[in-house]
Amino acid sequence: MSVKPMALTDRFKQGLGAPICLTWELTYACNLACVHCLSSSGVRDPRELSTGEAMALIDEMAAMQIFYVNIGGGEPMIRSDFFDIIDHCVASGVGVKFSTNGTRLTLDKAKRLAANPMVDVQISLDGADAATNDAVRGEGSWAASIAAMDNLVEAGFGEFKISVVMTRHNIPQIDQLHSLAEHYGAQLRLTRFRPSGRGADSWEALHPTQAQQRELYAWLLEHPMVLTGDSFFHLSALGNSLEGLNLCGAGRVVCLIDPIGDVYACPFVIHDEFLAGNIRDEGSFKTIWQSSELFTSLREPTSAGACASCGSYDACQGGCMAAKFFTGLPLDGPDPECVFGHGERELASQVVTIRPAARSDHSKRTPLAVRS
Amino acid sequence: MWRLLITAEPLNTFTPHQPWALSTKVALRDESFGALAYHYGNRRLVFLKSRDLVDLVRDLEHHDTAAEAIVATVGLERFDAYVQALDSLVESEVIYER
Repeated sequence: MSVKPMALTDRFKQGLGAPICLTWELTYACNLACVHCLSSSGVRDPRELSTGEAMALIDEMAAMQIFYVNIGGGEPMIRSDFFDIIDHCVASGVGVKFSTNGTRLTLDKAKRLAANPMVDVQISLDGADAATNDAVRGEGSWAASIAAMDNLVEAGFGEFKISVVMTRHNIPQIDQLHSLAEHYGAQLRLTRFRPSGRGADSWEALHPTQAQQRELYAWLLEHPMVLTGDSFFHLSALGNSLEGLNLCGAGRVVCLIDPIGDVYACPFVIHDEFLAGNIRDEGSFKTIWQSSELFTSLREPTSAGACASCGSYDACQGGCMAAKFFTGLPLDGPDPECVFGHGERELASQVVTIRPAARSDHSKRTPLAVRS
Repeated sequence: MWRLLITAEPLNTFTPHQPWALSTKVALRDESFGALAYHYGNRRLVFLKSRDLVDLVRDLEHHDTAAEAIVATVGLERFDAYVQALDSLVESEVIYER
């Protein structure tokens, strides 16, 4: 008998009573316009959940015994009821981890967050210097993240997280990013860049090279304390398993509730194909999680498809569903970043590659030039 | 250095003949395979893969010693296996010596 987690992956494939990793995006509004934004955020959607609906959803999370919720956006701190929402989570026993670009994280707000041990903060930063970061996140965003981190330190928040999306341009800075986190007494969190949302448009230019993937893999093995949100399991095909469950958790242990109450299989697949239902229509999140058609089918055993003949399938599980879907690869085929190049070859061999059109785009419209 | 000294305290050993209990910082959620435990302090997720173990962990606080709880909940014949299981829950701070 054992209480070790690894043999449990088969159980996860059947689904749990409640998600382990629930992401809740509070708004599509954002004051930045990052080129890799997963949710193509920019402007608020008029259908976003009201404060009352948000509170009722938190009550339901508490009733389902959801341990913690990952709050994101858009920029969640833009919502005027942001603190009411996180206070209600904590009062209901639902822990909060939230991601922010830091622009609204003043010293006063940092102090308010520091007063609450059940709140965890992740500051997004996509480069070890302003030039690298701002190329992705926009001018001034580096300075805003640094100011937010300084505020957290001054407020005595304790250990927060610095969250980095790994790209072609910041993988060479990985040691500098690590030192930066150490300097702030923060934990470093590295996640995979995905071709979702606006990431579909920046994918070709930003996704890591094969050599960089191997470099990153070796680095992660040497730094097991660095968090990855289980992002890089496709790299496990290189040999040793990385920390984490090493499987696609979509609809099994993970899901996303978007700002208008749509429930998706994971935060990286905001698309009709992976929409399980809306909490307003179904009356409850629990119904969708436990019995929606989509989630039930995602919990069925999956076929290895084109990867069946590859000896590494058990290690990488065919990679990330979202990465395949948005690059135009079949879901039972290789990951576009398959470490053996199967995904690249498959894409190269296609006479026509059809990428799914984005359904939901909340990007800010650039004003039309007025002709004189 | 002095952090190391603190963590080196013998807090991390399971002593079956002392009173134990489920940590007040832990939420335990029943699942088909047993239960999931989440520690709000160290933010670790722990999987209890047996219903008997879940019952035992919940029952610890009602007994003067953990050994007594094991005998009462799962019986003497599986005593060693459950001492081992409880021992593995000490390091992740799911249970504590009260």
